[in-house]
Amino acid sequence: MRRVYLDHAATTPVHPQVAKVAVQYMTETFGNPSSIHCFGREARQAVEGARATVASLIGAQPEEIYFTSGGTEADNLAIQGVALAAADGRGHIITSQVEHHAVLHTCEFLEKRGFDVTYLPVDGHGMVDPDQVARAIRKDTVLITVMLANNEVGTIQPIADIARLAREKGVPVHTDAVQAAGNIPVDVNRLGVDLMSLSSHKIYGPKGTGALYVRRGTRISPTVHGGAHERGLRAGTENVPGILAMAKASELAQAEMPQRMAHVARLRDRFLKGLMEKVPDVRLNGHPTARLPNNASVSVLYVEGESVLLNLDLQGIAASSGSACTSGRLEPSHVLVAMGIPHDISQGSLRFSFGRGNTEEDVDYVLEVLPSVIARLRAMSPLGPGKKQAGPAGGRAGAARGRG
Amino acid sequence: MYSEKVMEHFTNPRNVGEIPDADGVGQVGNPVCGDIMRMYIKVRRGRIADIKFKTFGCGAAIATSSMVTELVKGKSVAEALEISNRTVAEALGGLPPHKMHCSNLAADALHRAIQDYLGKKKASGAEGRGARVGTRAGRPGRGGAAKQGRRWSGRRTGAQT
Repeated sequence: MRRVYLDHAATTPVHPQVAKVAVQYMTETFGNPSSIHCFGREARQAVEGARATVASLIGAQPEEIYFTSGGTEADNLAIQGVALAAADGRGHIITSQVEHHAVLHTCEFLEKRGFDVTYLPVDGHGMVDPDQVARAIRKDTVLITVMLANNEVGTIQPIADIARLAREKGVPVHTDAVQAAGNIPVDVNRLGVDLMSLSSHKIYGPKGTGALYVRRGTRISPTVHGGAHERGLRAGTENVPGILAMAKASELAQAEMPQRMAHVARLRDRFLKGLMEKVPDVRLNGHPTARLPNNASVSVLYVEGESVLLNLDLQGIAASSGSACTSGRLEPSHVLVAMGIPHDISQGSLRFSFGRGNTEEDVDYVLEVLPSVIARLRAMSPLGPGKKQAGPAGGRAGAARGRG
Repeated sequence: MYSEKVMEHFTNPRNVGEIPDADGVGQVGNPVCGDIMRMYIKVRRGRIADIKFKTFGCGAAIATSSMVTELVKGKSVAEALEISNRTVAEALGGLPPHKMHCSNLAADALHRAIQDYLGKKKASGAEGRGARVGTRAGRPGRGGAAKQGRRWSGRRTGAQT
């Protein structure tokens, strides 16, 4: 059976050149960078080289890069680290309602510990308004954290504008760039941010490796305690193979970025055009232009996302959804809800995220399979154009939106 | 994540469709949680002669809908009322834990269809064959007659605690 992977926003296959590097640093250059012997010194030198490579991807200085176990740890370190350093158990944090859970749940954790958090709304495209950010700033605001590109709908936030307004008031800005860095051009100075989370496995590197960029002079406390690794900010023996692999992935991403972006955008546009032509009642989620080039997030009316994904999976196609069933919660994705998309529509959300390995044949195969899957499920659905919500006794089946 | 039986019913659902002149229609679910199930029944001599469903929902929602129609076809109304959401899940070889509460409502939809049927029958005064089972219908608090204009609750019922 043909297999088509369209879930690159979830994770990517490790690039063969990257895997080779990882193996080399597991088997040959395996030393502990903290050791003083030649094995250790080799590993240390390699890690510092990797730091410079990753820094170069985002226009940072090598000493501003701190390796972590991934994007989630980088988010936790940024938010908790800055909050702890700036305020002793109190203070105010500004974020948005469409952040990744690594950010949202960290903010909620701090909220329970005495911090105030403002969760800014977004518009129908999932975009944060920089003026609203500025208006939310208080005297005790210690951090603003807004993602660079949304993982579900691909919307790219106006981070440069937010950071400029924040800088006027002296508030540091963190951005989760896990979906953006390595996939689109990202420069910490052009954006003006103080902290930025990075991940390796979204850019053809291995899982379990990420980094936090911390602008020199930013006050931040460690959250993992132990040895003096990563200049005292993140204890624990460095994941040398992971770090070297992340650096290789970053190097390749930087070198191939224009081609990769053009490639995935062409496939994404071919897919969207074909889908809209073949299937009625499909809506694009997210911003029409300010979006990641590889992201096609759509809502298919009158069907539920998981049932579409299961059918696609039976035919070898991998994608994802923001429906309640797939989110493992009782509600559809918080991102789609924040964007004001009605529940019955967001239940039919599907995310197709393209990658460097995809081809036009992949797109055409999906365009062959998907319309018939949707047609079959729509034939089974009590919802549909004109008959939406019609209850047999004249009532409204979906009357209760419930739970606010 | 799903059993083979669930996937089998999901890929080849039984009794999909509507019954235009149904004796009873029942619907449960709402779009917030992502499942809406509607059951149509035709009753002959106190037995479920025909049943069809329309479901908007995940794999579990479609499979449980299909399974409940298979379980009750030909059964008496009283027997049909004995079938619970749990019976349906067990007949499918189990469901993932997080699906037990949100997508396992097919028996509730069936019970509503039966209540609709019994209510209509009572309202029309047709005390006929199979009427005796009526008193066993439903659970406290929501077994009332399905009068015209009744508001179909969008809230979940049954399995949720």
